[in-house]
Amino acid sequence: MVPFAGFEMPVQYTGLVKEHVATRTAVGLFDVSHMGEVRVRGAGARMALQRLLSNAILRLQDGQAQYNAMCNHQGGVVDDVFVYRVAGDDFVVCVNAANRDKDFAWMTENNTVGDVTFEDEGDAWAQLAVQGPRAVGVVEALTEGLSAGALGRHRFGHATFAGIPGCIVARTGYTGEDGFEVFLPSHAAAPAWAAVLEAGEEVGIAPVGLGARDTLRLEAGNCLYGHELTDETTPLQAGLGWITKLRKPGGFIGSDAIAARRQTDSQKLAALVVRGKRIPREGMDVLVGDASVGRVTSGTKGPTVGRGIALAYLDRDASVPGTEVTIDVRGRREVAEVVEGPFYRRGTTA
Amino acid sequence: MSSIPDDRRYTDHDEWVKWDGEVLRIGITDHAQSELGELVHVELPEVGETVGAGDEVCEVESVKAVAQIYAPVAGEIVEANEALEDEAESINDKPYDAWIFALRPSEPSSVDALLDAAGYQARLDNA
Repeated sequence: MVPFAGFEMPVQYTGLVKEHVATRTAVGLFDVSHMGEVRVRGAGARMALQRLLSNAILRLQDGQAQYNAMCNHQGGVVDDVFVYRVAGDDFVVCVNAANRDKDFAWMTENNTVGDVTFEDEGDAWAQLAVQGPRAVGVVEALTEGLSAGALGRHRFGHATFAGIPGCIVARTGYTGEDGFEVFLPSHAAAPAWAAVLEAGEEVGIAPVGLGARDTLRLEAGNCLYGHELTDETTPLQAGLGWITKLRKPGGFIGSDAIAARRQTDSQKLAALVVRGKRIPREGMDVLVGDASVGRVTSGTKGPTVGRGIALAYLDRDASVPGTEVTIDVRGRREVAEVVEGPFYRRGTTA
Repeated sequence: MSSIPDDRRYTDHDEWVKWDGEVLRIGITDHAQSELGELVHVELPEVGETVGAGDEVCEVESVKAVAQIYAPVAGEIVEANEALEDEAESINDKPYDAWIFALRPSEPSSVDALLDAAGYQARLDNA
């Protein structure tokens, strides 16, 4: 067990690769109760979030979730969050555990819209993620009051889950697989965990720790705060242009800065696949010839893609797919190629 | 906890050291492989290299971590187990069979100063 933002979390249960493969081929169960939840309510909630966050909040419908960056005035990323429009003027913003206090302070201090309340509900909610090609059957069997299988991607609804009323079942996730994230009252986490494991037993469910959570998200090309996303880098540099609506009505905090930095920011996030057997790790230098062109932000051996893979901030010229670079792996040069991410897409491998 | 073979010696860095004729074969213990998890890569040492006791000789890498392997005693690297380049996971399967490299010690008696099985067990128990 390792301490993580006040939670004791296992790096692995039965073995990182086993857990990774179970999620890709059957179903994995993740305790993600460490994630924070901020409840945003009131007549001003939509406009407040529209201004605080980068994506098109005004287009969100009831029962729909959306990925967003929350930026500072310099265009850096305060956090990356998932916004759930529960109903009308009632939203849940799911934030990274390590940023919970920072995000809450940022939102309350920088909001300029009236008629809105922010409440830290992080202690009230537990969260389980059920991910993988067999997740839908497992979740459907445990859900009452909602057809989990009929939910579209990034849609959610209220339900009784594993006999526990007052849950939210969402078709969202971080692994690159189909799957669900279930928000439960925190006292219900343990019985719900046991119920999911039992329901998934016959399809080969595995409990999954932080280790495989990281290899799964990295293969799927998903950014992790503190690695690819920081207070200094813009969401455009991280390749999150698709959630960065610079021209949305009224703009958002940081949008002018991001637009201005577009031409001047010298580095961009790139995906690297290693040719040989050495494994890239965070912090390693990336070179073209003898010149350093950037640094690895996340690296591992992708259990499904079977290669050493990395995300790295590289100088723009070097970040073009097809470019050959080398990674300094503890003094040895490992050749790698810049590729179009992600490394893994459901049903295929890069 | 599986039993620790008493036909060999151990280091503080969780390597095992076993005599094979005039050379020593060196691998990592069951405890070490289980801490590292599934191994995916072994960086073998250069055969012919002369090393001092405690020198970094090579490394083994799992998905989650990399670990250095140290020379248990001074000597010359005389062999590297190239089969591991394609089958690093055999260290997980049979840690006490999967030797990583062989060393000809410059001072054979230096091996006697290493931990025996009971000493290594005691070290694990007190960790």
